[in-house]
Amino acid sequence: MSKQIQVSGLDAYYGSHKAIEDVSMTIEPRSITAFIGPSGCGKSTFLRTLNRMHEVIPGARVEGKVLLDGEDLYAPTVEPVSVRRMIGMVFQRPNPFPTMSIYENVAAGLRLNGRVSKSEMDGIVEESLKGANLWNEVKDRLNKPGAGLSGGQQQRLCIARAIAVRPQVLLMDEPCSALDPISTLAIEDLMAKLKDQYTIVIVTHNMQQAARVSDRTAFFNLAEQGKPGKVVEMDETSRMFTNPSQKATEDYITGRFG
Amino acid sequence: MTTIQHISTSRRIKDRVVQGLVYLAFAAAVVPLVSVLWLVISNGLARFDLEFLTHSMNGIGARDAHGGAYHAIIGTLQQVLLAGVISVPIGLFTAIYLVEYGNNGRLSRAISFFVDVMTGIPSVVAGLFVFAFWILFLGFEYSGWAGALALSILMMPTVVRSAEEMLRLVPNDLREASYALGVAKWRTIVKVVLPTAFTGIVTGIMLAVARVAGETAPLLMTVFFTNSINHDPFSGPQMGLPLFVFDQAARPNDTAVDRAWTGALTLILIVMLLNLVARLIAWWRSPARGR
Amino acid sequence: MTTNVRTREGGPVKHRSASRRSHGEAPFRIVSTAAGILLLAIMAAIAVFLISEALPALRANEADFFTERTWNPNSERVFGIAALAFGTVFSSALALVIATPIAIGVALFISHYAPRRLAAPLGYLIDLLAAVPSVVYGLWGVAFLVPLLRTPSQWLNEHLGWFPLFAGEGIIGGKTMLAGAIVLAIMILPIIAAISREVFLQAPKMNEEAALALGATRWEMIKMAVLPFGRPGVISAAMLGLGRAMGETIAVALIFPATFDITFEILTPHANSIAANIANGFGEANDIGRGALIASGLVLFVITLLVNMGARMIINRRKEYARAGA
Repeated sequence: MSKQIQVSGLDAYYGSHKAIEDVSMTIEPRSITAFIGPSGCGKSTFLRTLNRMHEVIPGARVEGKVLLDGEDLYAPTVEPVSVRRMIGMVFQRPNPFPTMSIYENVAAGLRLNGRVSKSEMDGIVEESLKGANLWNEVKDRLNKPGAGLSGGQQQRLCIARAIAVRPQVLLMDEPCSALDPISTLAIEDLMAKLKDQYTIVIVTHNMQQAARVSDRTAFFNLAEQGKPGKVVEMDETSRMFTNPSQKATEDYITGRFG
Repeated sequence: MTTIQHISTSRRIKDRVVQGLVYLAFAAAVVPLVSVLWLVISNGLARFDLEFLTHSMNGIGARDAHGGAYHAIIGTLQQVLLAGVISVPIGLFTAIYLVEYGNNGRLSRAISFFVDVMTGIPSVVAGLFVFAFWILFLGFEYSGWAGALALSILMMPTVVRSAEEMLRLVPNDLREASYALGVAKWRTIVKVVLPTAFTGIVTGIMLAVARVAGETAPLLMTVFFTNSINHDPFSGPQMGLPLFVFDQAARPNDTAVDRAWTGALTLILIVMLLNLVARLIAWWRSPARGR
Repeated sequence: MTTNVRTREGGPVKHRSASRRSHGEAPFRIVSTAAGILLLAIMAAIAVFLISEALPALRANEADFFTERTWNPNSERVFGIAALAFGTVFSSALALVIATPIAIGVALFISHYAPRRLAAPLGYLIDLLAAVPSVVYGLWGVAFLVPLLRTPSQWLNEHLGWFPLFAGEGIIGGKTMLAGAIVLAIMILPIIAAISREVFLQAPKMNEEAALALGATRWEMIKMAVLPFGRPGVISAAMLGLGRAMGETIAVALIFPATFDITFEILTPHANSIAANIANGFGEANDIGRGALIASGLVLFVITLLVNMGARMIINRRKEYARAGA
């Protein structure tokens, strides 16, 4: 189920503005990779190039290669829609569909891909909600609107929605930044559990979080204000946080800037 | 084995079909616009001459080719101006009440709701009301003024809404700065709030004027018909340009229909000119122009 | 419409100059309040004077006003609203059926399909449709649309005549219900499109992104995140359009042949409406005739008032819902 991502020489633009430059990295399957760095350094932009969500913004484009188990996501024959089907995404703010029930929210992605029988759908919805550690809290009110849940529950609902379509990769863009500490802990537990099945990539502002949950960490930074963002360093998380090879990484991690 | 599966053909086709339908819908909406404008211009130019603009229909026989809409143009300009004179103060003060004094209380919510409802009053009903009230009940005669009354009822809700919107855009900081200087509330409104919102309000009024300038139905039962020039809107029947078009279009001979087209062209020119002036005023003071 | 996005920030500031009385304050406040009350009074006066001037004619009526189809108030004192009210509702409903899907398509085109740069000018082009005076549409309908529809009408009648709307004997085409409904549809299209466009643009971007990230195509994204969100707005827009169509006068007065029967045949020259009848009948009406027309205007006023109030209530409820969700 889980796949490796290889990025080489990737540039991303908003119109004529170059947001990130020459990013190359390998993201391993069945592990959690964290992106850290100061605001505006392009880590979220980079994350969105991995499932071709970047180009949703008018004027935005990408140059370079992103390979999913060797297959180029930006090849001319590949449709963005099918890329996103394989690479799920969880956003900064929980965004369940306000007009849909909890059940419909989880089923939303599945309904796109042809007919699924009612019993099969019930099974997948239950499995996904269990996978997102939400089942016990909502099993009695599956037909209530998803917007009625707490922020943390809504975010787990969004994770359930993303994993219901069985993606190969799960991208998480600061998934805890809008949540309280207890909900954050619940999501972090969930990530640890999900990494057995998925390639997980998470953007976070929270250094402790990166240290707690991730296996590998990439540090993004701007060369200077107005220049595009770059990957300064990428390594095992344990090594990165104890013995970084770059001065800038150390400064950032120890809180000297950012 | 390729990992990335293509989306199913049926999903792709559905997406494309909807896209096609959406483009088609837009085309379907533009075609009548182009058709109307084309016909009005091509048919209207034939009689769009000095005689049309400077002569009335007085003494023009049923089948005669000559004659013009001078009496109707004068009437429309006067009626629309009077309608503005009636509705702008009422509309503006109502907007001031809603924004500055209403405090979202019951009266203000009632007024707000009925302003919205008033937007939907059929123009013919406004005409009938003025006929019932002004002409039948109070016993006045048909006049341009009666037509202006009917038009003003149609203008009021538009003026209120646009003025209200503009007043709400004025930042509260400005009001508070003025209060802090010890300026009374009403003077703050007159000296600070209204000038700030001025161009926006004028734009709204111009658009409202443009809207009622093309109204025919309320004129039917208020200004009546006449073929001759009447410079006095307060006494006796006075023509209006939309009414002129309606009257000529309903006559069975080609010479009349030609005049109807030219009248339509003149009317559209007046309405578009008012619209253009409104947009120019909005543009003139808009922040986009970098003043 | 932009009026829907009124913000609280612009709300009134509490007056705190109790110690600083100013001469103008009280009169200014009174004038403002009076203007607002005057507006309410006008609404009430419309109802009152339409009723009072209609009553004499209604008393003189020798037929039942609500069930009688014919309209002969001038000579026989027999008149009823049945056929006219039917024509008003039927023509407006037809116009709505034609205009709503196109308006939704136009709104989606502007909000989600057209290139960014072109969206605003193309939207303005649609707004121009609303700037064309009603009488011009009437003229266009008579001179262009009516002849244009003749052949297709005959074809429809010949091949699909079993369908009640396309049925009919004798003259097919000409000044028909279909021609009037199409003109009405063109006239209400801009208002429905403008309001729908605004609500589609307000659909939360984050839900659109969620749908796309699930692998939705553009249409599937719209179906998931835009249409459900916009539905109440589109419904009220359609109702406002319906109200507009029912009150529309001059265009249909030129097109409708002023018959007084109740038929669903849209291809035969049988069509009329309350508003068209007022415009066509006013000139040659006597006292009773005018009272009768005022009575019919009252009915039109009440119907459009109900439709508009319904639409406004849906909009207002949606506003609260949108605020709670924000």
